[in-house]
Amino acid sequence: MLSKIWFDRRLRGWCLQALLIAMVVGGLGWLAWNAQANLARRGITSGFGFLEQAARFPISESLLAYDTSDSFGHAFLVGITNTLFVSVLVILFSTVLGLGLALARRSKHPLVSGSATVYLEVIRNTPLVVQLLFWYAMLTVALPSARQALSPLPGVFLSVRGLYFPKLVLSGEVLWFWVAVAVSLLMVIAAVMLRPMLKLRHGMRFPLVRSALAAAVVLVGVAAWVGGVGASLDVPALRGLNYTGGSTYTPEFTALLIGLVFYSTAFSGEIIRSGIDAVPGGQWEAGSSLGIRRWHLLRLIVFPQALRIILPPMTSQYLSIIKNSTLALAVGYPDLSFVVATTINQTGQAIEGILILMGVFLTISLTVSVLMNFYNRRLALVQR
Amino acid sequence: MTHAYLATQPPQALPPTTNTVTLWHRLFGDAITAIATVATLALLAVALGKTINWGVLHAVWPDGDAAACRAASGACWAFLSEKLRQILFGIYPPGEQWRPALTSVILLVLGAASLPPVCWGKRLVLAWFVGIVTVLLLMRGGVLGLAGVPTAAWGGLPVTLLLAVFALGAGFPLGILLALGRRAEMPVPRMLSIGVIEIIRGLPLVSLLFVASILLPLMLPDGMSIDGLLRAGAALTVFSAAYLAEVVRGGLQSLPRGQGEASRALGLSWWMMTRLVVLPQALRSVLAPLTNTAIVMIKNTSLVLIVGLFDLLSSGRAALADPAWPTPYVETYCFIAAIYFAICFSLSRYSMWLEARYSQHRSH
Amino acid sequence: MTIDTKPAAPDTLAVRIAGMHKWYGQYHALRDINLSVRAGERVVICGPSGSGKSTMIRCINRLEEHQQGSIEVNGTPLTDDLRHIDEIRSEVGMVFQHFNLFPHLTVLENCILAPMWVKKQSRQVATETAMRYLERVRIPEQAGKYPGQLSGGQQQRVAIARSLCMNPKVMLFDEPTSALDPEMVKEVLDTMASLADDGMTMLCVTHEMGFARRVADRVVFMDQGSIVEINTPDAFFSAPQHERSRAFLAQLLQ
Repeated sequence: MLSKIWFDRRLRGWCLQALLIAMVVGGLGWLAWNAQANLARRGITSGFGFLEQAARFPISESLLAYDTSDSFGHAFLVGITNTLFVSVLVILFSTVLGLGLALARRSKHPLVSGSATVYLEVIRNTPLVVQLLFWYAMLTVALPSARQALSPLPGVFLSVRGLYFPKLVLSGEVLWFWVAVAVSLLMVIAAVMLRPMLKLRHGMRFPLVRSALAAAVVLVGVAAWVGGVGASLDVPALRGLNYTGGSTYTPEFTALLIGLVFYSTAFSGEIIRSGIDAVPGGQWEAGSSLGIRRWHLLRLIVFPQALRIILPPMTSQYLSIIKNSTLALAVGYPDLSFVVATTINQTGQAIEGILILMGVFLTISLTVSVLMNFYNRRLALVQR
Repeated sequence: MTHAYLATQPPQALPPTTNTVTLWHRLFGDAITAIATVATLALLAVALGKTINWGVLHAVWPDGDAAACRAASGACWAFLSEKLRQILFGIYPPGEQWRPALTSVILLVLGAASLPPVCWGKRLVLAWFVGIVTVLLLMRGGVLGLAGVPTAAWGGLPVTLLLAVFALGAGFPLGILLALGRRAEMPVPRMLSIGVIEIIRGLPLVSLLFVASILLPLMLPDGMSIDGLLRAGAALTVFSAAYLAEVVRGGLQSLPRGQGEASRALGLSWWMMTRLVVLPQALRSVLAPLTNTAIVMIKNTSLVLIVGLFDLLSSGRAALADPAWPTPYVETYCFIAAIYFAICFSLSRYSMWLEARYSQHRSH
Repeated sequence: MTIDTKPAAPDTLAVRIAGMHKWYGQYHALRDINLSVRAGERVVICGPSGSGKSTMIRCINRLEEHQQGSIEVNGTPLTDDLRHIDEIRSEVGMVFQHFNLFPHLTVLENCILAPMWVKKQSRQVATETAMRYLERVRIPEQAGKYPGQLSGGQQQRVAIARSLCMNPKVMLFDEPTSALDPEMVKEVLDTMASLADDGMTMLCVTHEMGFARRVADRVVFMDQGSIVEINTPDAFFSAPQHERSRAFLAQLLQ
């Protein structure tokens, strides 16, 4: 009977699968049982109740307001916003600079393409951590003290304490102003993204982007006038050993930002360049035989086709940037991984903390993948 | 009047015209190019000038000491020569440091020997097996008259190399398993493989290192413990496996279906078909992406800094903590970066050479 | 209406298909296939594309699964039992339209792979067998070359030799010359004809009607998943009895 099961193709398949499930469930169960026993032994309670307790550890910088009496839950939120803030900035900068790098690499000028290649090879063959620590060292050791700060622009001061720059302070009915800004931003983005499809499919000749921009300006202006919004500049001034006022970027944040931007630009640049290279040479030939010049060729004919090829690897590059932001631990910027590590140190709630860390990143990964896939499919439809 | 034509003599051969574009023309051919050349040269001159100024002219060479470094405004190379052993070998007992040195040499030689395709075969696998056992015994000691050195005291370059070898050596077969599982017809292995691959690829390596160093001890029964270095190695292995699995999957997908059909028609079992027909072809078609992923994983070993393990980078930072010296961060990081660059750059050139060679090998 | 001209005795049947049906989801690909092939018989299967000819012979060595009916090869029934499947696959050889040679192995290695790993023959014995069959298909000098270095006709002959090295009792050919340039079709057909002369049981899906006339004992005409007519080549080509056969031949000889 046993040999009959073994030799029957379908039954053998089911048996092996059942065995596999048993092994996996058994293994995980054993780990969980040990964990529960160990935690009980150390007197640590499981569960997420600790999130409501006061955190009692400082976070050196954040977008949201935070002090040590806030709960762990709020501390995690601060960590998440810090992570997202740095990630979004790096994504924006590295995409734009990556385009520049791609064009530099493709340039026929030997010095320009040569320098770009040297940059690329150096960045790609050294670990990110080393680069981050390098930039942190440059910003904390190689810069002068606050009293002798560098001032590349009036009101901007660069020193060991960080980058201080003037802050725009708004007074009046700020809420409606920001709502107007958000709405006009969305409007302009929608116009830019919808224009190709509308132009191609429905032969729209209406200058959509320009009118969206004009409408945005009008909307923001009206909101500002109606709300009596006034703006003033809070310029940092030297008081004692350091500057006060204005906005500041700490060396930790700046090192993380600069290091990640330099690193990610190299990879984004290569992705964009191989996308442009992948467009068949016949497209360039057809365009130039129609008399279209190089820059317009690139913008109107080659780049839209390259975009389809670029999007999937660019998506994983963006996700990579978000995951690389956890290296903030090496330079001391308080992102989510820092908050998790400190929390585990203080409360011993290792499982819950790491689950939160993994959960947040998996959610971000999934969301970004889904959004990019959606845009990818829309792009394909528009092109065809 | 006919418009026919018949060739009566072969056409005359003319000497070739020289139409080479000279370097001068490429640099200064037209206005924009000339401006770009001048601007780039100026930038390079400034950057190089400052670097040479700092790195050579005002530098303190290996014969100097801490005081000289503090006084000078240039690079402190004396620090590197003084601390070289600590950076390269960590806190390994100074008298026994020939052992980690020998370990590094063995691993680097084995690595270099694994590159040329002619060397691939059973003998190489045996050589690696012998090499790793030797290296572990050498570092650990306690046998053959060697003093015992616990893994907590291991550090520097040998740890980086060991972690890289472990992560790639164990991660590659695991990755192949995951890739085969993902393409299986049976739902259970397929779902499990997809789950493992997607979850690990969606997580930062830092979180996996946390799991390995903090959670794993919690999940083992009381009294059983796994070495810290082994735990970090396991995290790196699992991470590498997930990424390598995706690369291998690409190779598997590109294989024509007819290969599997021919194998089955000849009576080959699934295992024989995979081992003799599918995998050799699939892996050969993705050699370049595999090597690139390997380079990324080698760089990733530097992250063990975050969980307190002493690899090359971490040992460097420990050396910097010496209060006697005026914190020559940049010099140390550049030195460490140069070591990584040497390894990774050679591997990437090798990967390009391999790809060129194999594409010409296939299209006879 | 099928015409089976010579009723077969069961103990000399190489292949017996009875009441076989196959579905791809809702699509009824093969309907009520009944075919008996005697040992040493040469059967050519023809018909318009989509008629299920390839599907039918791929069911014989389990590259496709049938849902209803029975298939027997040399008395062994074809079921989910792995032992039966392995036994049948070792007795049935297949030659594909796109050759499916293993590009990373030399011609000789392609031929000795299965005998060494499935039949556990030593390398020496397998090599001797392989060289014998490579001489049989008249390309022994290419033994050290890779498939990519050979022409299409040579590759297909290597594929035939590769299958022969397993000493099959039945050979299946799935449109073996359809992917070849015209000047190479003859060499492959001649090889298949000489195999037939040696008494190999062959089921061949092909459009080469000259080959069918020359070599086949019976011609099976299929259309839309069912067998329409079976007859000797002379009878089939000169006086097709079913109207669909007549329409097909009219198109072919256009």
